[in-house]
Amino acid sequence: MKVSYPRKRYWNEPSLTAWERAYLPEIMRGLAVTSTVFLRNMWRWITGRKGALTTYYPEETRADYAPLNRGKHILTQRPDGKPQCIACNMCATVCPAKVIEIEAGFDPTDVAHPKFPIRFEIDYSRCIFCGLCVEACPEDAIRMARETPGLPSGDRHQMWLGLEEMLTWQPQRDVAKPYPPAAGARVPGGPP
Amino acid sequence: MTQDLSVSLVFIVYAMGMLITFGTILTWVERKQAAVMSDRIGANRAYIRIPFTQVKLVWWGLFHGIADGLKMMLKENFQPVTYDRVAYAIAPWVVFTPVLLVFAVVPFGGTLDPGRLVPALADWFHGRTYPMQIARLDAGLLIVFAFSGLTIIGTMLAGWSSANKFSLLGGLRAGSQMISYELVMGLTVLGLILLFGSIDLGAIVRRQSGIALGWLPAWGIVYQPLGALLFLTAAIAENKRIPFDLPEAESELIAGFYTEYTSMKMGLFMFAEFIEIAIVGALFTTLFLGGYNLPYMNDAGFALPGGTTFAMSHGAVVVTQLVVFLVKVLLVCSFQILIRWSLPRFRYDQVLAFAWKFLLPLSLANLVVTAAILWSHGGAL
Repeated sequence: MKVSYPRKRYWNEPSLTAWERAYLPEIMRGLAVTSTVFLRNMWRWITGRKGALTTYYPEETRADYAPLNRGKHILTQRPDGKPQCIACNMCATVCPAKVIEIEAGFDPTDVAHPKFPIRFEIDYSRCIFCGLCVEACPEDAIRMARETPGLPSGDRHQMWLGLEEMLTWQPQRDVAKPYPPAAGARVPGGPP
Repeated sequence: MTQDLSVSLVFIVYAMGMLITFGTILTWVERKQAAVMSDRIGANRAYIRIPFTQVKLVWWGLFHGIADGLKMMLKENFQPVTYDRVAYAIAPWVVFTPVLLVFAVVPFGGTLDPGRLVPALADWFHGRTYPMQIARLDAGLLIVFAFSGLTIIGTMLAGWSSANKFSLLGGLRAGSQMISYELVMGLTVLGLILLFGSIDLGAIVRRQSGIALGWLPAWGIVYQPLGALLFLTAAIAENKRIPFDLPEAESELIAGFYTEYTSMKMGLFMFAEFIEIAIVGALFTTLFLGGYNLPYMNDAGFALPGGTTFAMSHGAVVVTQLVVFLVKVLLVCSFQILIRWSLPRFRYDQVLAFAWKFLLPLSLANLVVTAAILWSHGGAL
């Protein structure tokens, strides 16, 4: 028995109308589109507005970061302004890029938290912004902000961030995780 | 004699400076215009710092052309193992030099009277006047075609002597494409030559200074709209730019005929291409856009149709004509860049079919219709 196997067509036949096949009018249309965009954007630049969709990074950062974007690290503080960090080195241990360096100090006057970081440094030239340090922290001492202001640098030695840069957290303005927690609010990891 | 020499020297310096500035600036204009057309910002980082200060001249990134050139100079000068070192070495110059020479016959301004411009030199010049054009040749257009034809030899030499299959293919493509479009270009301009009765570019521009049909400027594009379109198409193809950049097709041939060229030798090819954009702009301006002419303007000032006249000093007229020419050239260059960033590339067979089966008959028809109309009008419009 003879079976015919029709060849399957995997593509669409080009179906150009006569107007499109004339080529010139469609070229004119294409040139009109591109030149309209050009003139519109140029007019915006000339009148002092921005005529581009792209961001002029690093001078300008985009405004539409995702709410949960992992940006630069911040160290949270106790109400007296000292870092909440207890220098347990958990973040430095879990860090896959090995960019966190902590030097612990001892403060006998603070009975509840005698161990504190003297030096807490992150090398942003190698940080991969994975957020594992935030997850590993038992004290909620390290968080990540949404933005990465001032990240790029012309010199890799300028990309180390120390305690003073990261202790800029202002709990009053943090609506996502207010500190100290409101009375009666359930704190993650706290008593039920 | 000395006067003529010094004026010619000034013209040559002006023309060379203009072409090289155009070539440098156009690399930036091309990137910036493409960026603005596609909602991006574009090249704007290169700057010149004034020495001993912290003042950085950014100027929207205008200095990117200089940065590119400097980068080209500092690249490694790679030499392929080729059997024809001489041809390999001279090919970029064979492409680059004729491109500069073409401009010698293009008038970039009206008549210059140095005595009136600088009264202190009036005695020295004895009232001599000079048309602003490096070489006043009767065979202007022929010179243009002769020299632009020379670049074909350079591209084919480069493709042949590189000892590389991609280069050879690119050189072959460049040769056949440029010869095809050269023909179309010549036939298109024939209509214009019939119309203006001269092949001296200065005379052609002077013929375009009047008014046509009562209110339109008597520019070539008014008389020969189809010719202008065909000329621009053929000129872009001649310049091997998208949509006709088959000789360099990056996706197929790496860089075509200059695959094996590095550093400033490759830079010369690129520079020649960008200067040729300006040359095409200058030729189109000269032949079809009235050259340095503004409507209602003559060598003494403006004469508006209502009978009102504005007298201008000779210096103001000269500067206006120079600026008008530059602005027109820049607009045509910008239009070429617009085309380059809007249209997709042809297939190779389509390029040649387009030239021989579409453009050539159209340009012949244009020539025949022009000749018939001129004949019915008794030889002149």
